[in-house]
Amino acid sequence: MLTLQFLTTGILTGGIYALIAVSIVLVYKATRIFNFAVGELLALGGYFCYSLVVWAHFPLWLAIIGAMLMAVIVGALVERLVLRPLLSQPTLTIVMATLALSSLLSGLMLMIWSGYVVTFPRNLLPGKTLIIGDVVMSNELVWAFGIAMVAFAILAYFFNKTKTGLRMRAVSEDHELSMSCGINITLIFAVTWILAVVLGSLSGFLLGNRLGLTPAITPLIALRAFPAVLFGGLESLVGAVVGGLTIGILESLVGGLIDPKYGEITPYIILLLVLIFRPEGLFGLKRIERI
Amino acid sequence: MWRPCGVLDDTYEKDIAIIRTRPQWIITGLSLFSLIFLPMMVSGYVLTTINLTAVCIISALGLNVLTGLTGQISLGQGAFMGVGGYSMMVLMNHFGFSFWLALPFSVLNAGFLGLLFGLPSLRIKGFYLAMATLAAQFMIPWAIIYIRPDLTGGTSTVSIQAPSFFGISLTTQSHIYYVIMFFTVLIIFLVRNLARSKIGRAFVAIRDNDLAAEIMGVEIFSYKLLSFFICSLLAGLAGCLWVIWMGAINVDSFTLHESIWYLGMIIVGGLGSIPGTIFGVIFIRALELFAQFLGPLIASYFPDAIGASIKNGISPFIFGLVILLFLVYEPRGLAHRWEITKHFYRRWPFSF
Repeated sequence: MLTLQFLTTGILTGGIYALIAVSIVLVYKATRIFNFAVGELLALGGYFCYSLVVWAHFPLWLAIIGAMLMAVIVGALVERLVLRPLLSQPTLTIVMATLALSSLLSGLMLMIWSGYVVTFPRNLLPGKTLIIGDVVMSNELVWAFGIAMVAFAILAYFFNKTKTGLRMRAVSEDHELSMSCGINITLIFAVTWILAVVLGSLSGFLLGNRLGLTPAITPLIALRAFPAVLFGGLESLVGAVVGGLTIGILESLVGGLIDPKYGEITPYIILLLVLIFRPEGLFGLKRIERI
Repeated sequence: MWRPCGVLDDTYEKDIAIIRTRPQWIITGLSLFSLIFLPMMVSGYVLTTINLTAVCIISALGLNVLTGLTGQISLGQGAFMGVGGYSMMVLMNHFGFSFWLALPFSVLNAGFLGLLFGLPSLRIKGFYLAMATLAAQFMIPWAIIYIRPDLTGGTSTVSIQAPSFFGISLTTQSHIYYVIMFFTVLIIFLVRNLARSKIGRAFVAIRDNDLAAEIMGVEIFSYKLLSFFICSLLAGLAGCLWVIWMGAINVDSFTLHESIWYLGMIIVGGLGSIPGTIFGVIFIRALELFAQFLGPLIASYFPDAIGASIKNGISPFIFGLVILLFLVYEPRGLAHRWEITKHFYRRWPFSF
């Protein structure tokens, strides 16, 4: 019975991880940049939402829309000011650029929102704790999972039906080829970053609503999406969702049934095992290299 | 190799010498000599900063061997320093080792653990390897906190006895200074030589193109592991020196944040360059001091609560900003600027 409970919690938490993982994979697919700053971008989105709810007393739906708009601006700025000057640089430069960005953003957040934990007002999301049989599901987590699933549905539609979505898929296949077909790839890069930051902000709100926000801890929670990304495969959006759910479930099961302190480290052990035994992940592509 | 005009190598010994000309010998001798008398001339606060900078130089040099020369990204340098420091603390406090006896064991311990986390480099490289070392960065502090809290003290700060040297207890910063400076000069010399030996050239070959290097007969895997070993060896040494510098140890000193700072230092300095690393460490440390000075200055214009947060946030903010500016405008780092300055001086008054 306990197993079922932790399994449910794991799946619901996994929804948030999957959302973060999708945000990472989006950027990686289009630009070959792995975004180490995802944790800080996510916390920033959470803080925007928090400020609009608590400081400006907006209703929640308006606050979320407002936070999304700010995320659009942040995403565009990050792409234009940081990543575009560094296009097609070596891996180390890119990794370091996103790490430096994360340091800069965490400094900014410390300056504006201080280092203390801030929490959203209680019962922000409607509904109360669901009890099905013996399984308890907190309404925050159910909402988080639901919002994540809706976001995935919208993304699936976007990538399969809209023109911009199809262009983004083309760019992720081959930069030069899509350029020669008349796709404005710098525009596509900007759209990708904006989309990723918006998704990150959404998960920042969901995470912050559940656990509170601090500039130091929230990004570290977001880092648990890295194992999810690698487990699913860097190039695969489906893989990101599967990976996110798997990491959520394993973390919850190990933490609940064995010991909470082992739950904390499980994602990284999985990360190391994936790297040693199947670096390309479940759905990733094996890269063949030529000199 | 590029030589200034008029410096002729007529023997093999002259050709391989590090210090080539009489002026260079004089400068080296004078600077080593002044290092001996430095603690008598500066105040305690400055000396503490110098000691910390020297410890960071050792760790950053290790990272530079791995990242700058071999081209493998490591996000775990802070954790490996922690391994060195904690091994030293456990050996001294619980097994009664003296500092000098514990030092080699702790350094080797860090080295072998680094080797272990270097093993995935058999199959993966580039950014995947960054991920493996990121896992190390989270697993090592976790192990320090949870596995044997009775030995390591968990999250609490554990103090450590000052080492003694032939009966003299090295308690003050100026005593510690000589220990730290001895190792720093030694390590700079060794790494300088490593970079131009067979091993160093194999590292550079792997960095530039690993497939081509393998075809030319460089055993990639063993050299990568050797690079990991050297990197974490130096991290371990820096960790040990950090512990005697602080007189205490806490797991919070060895976080991901620290590892990112070390990467930032070698980027600012210039990848693969030994003088660059030293410049980079000094530059970043100076920047931190500048932020500590600037923070209260800006904070005084704001109400207390906001001022306090500004003081906390300004250091990571400036650090991130400076690294980004370096990446965009001077990716070859301070070492490149140093070369330009040297060339300007040598060719003056001609501009070519």
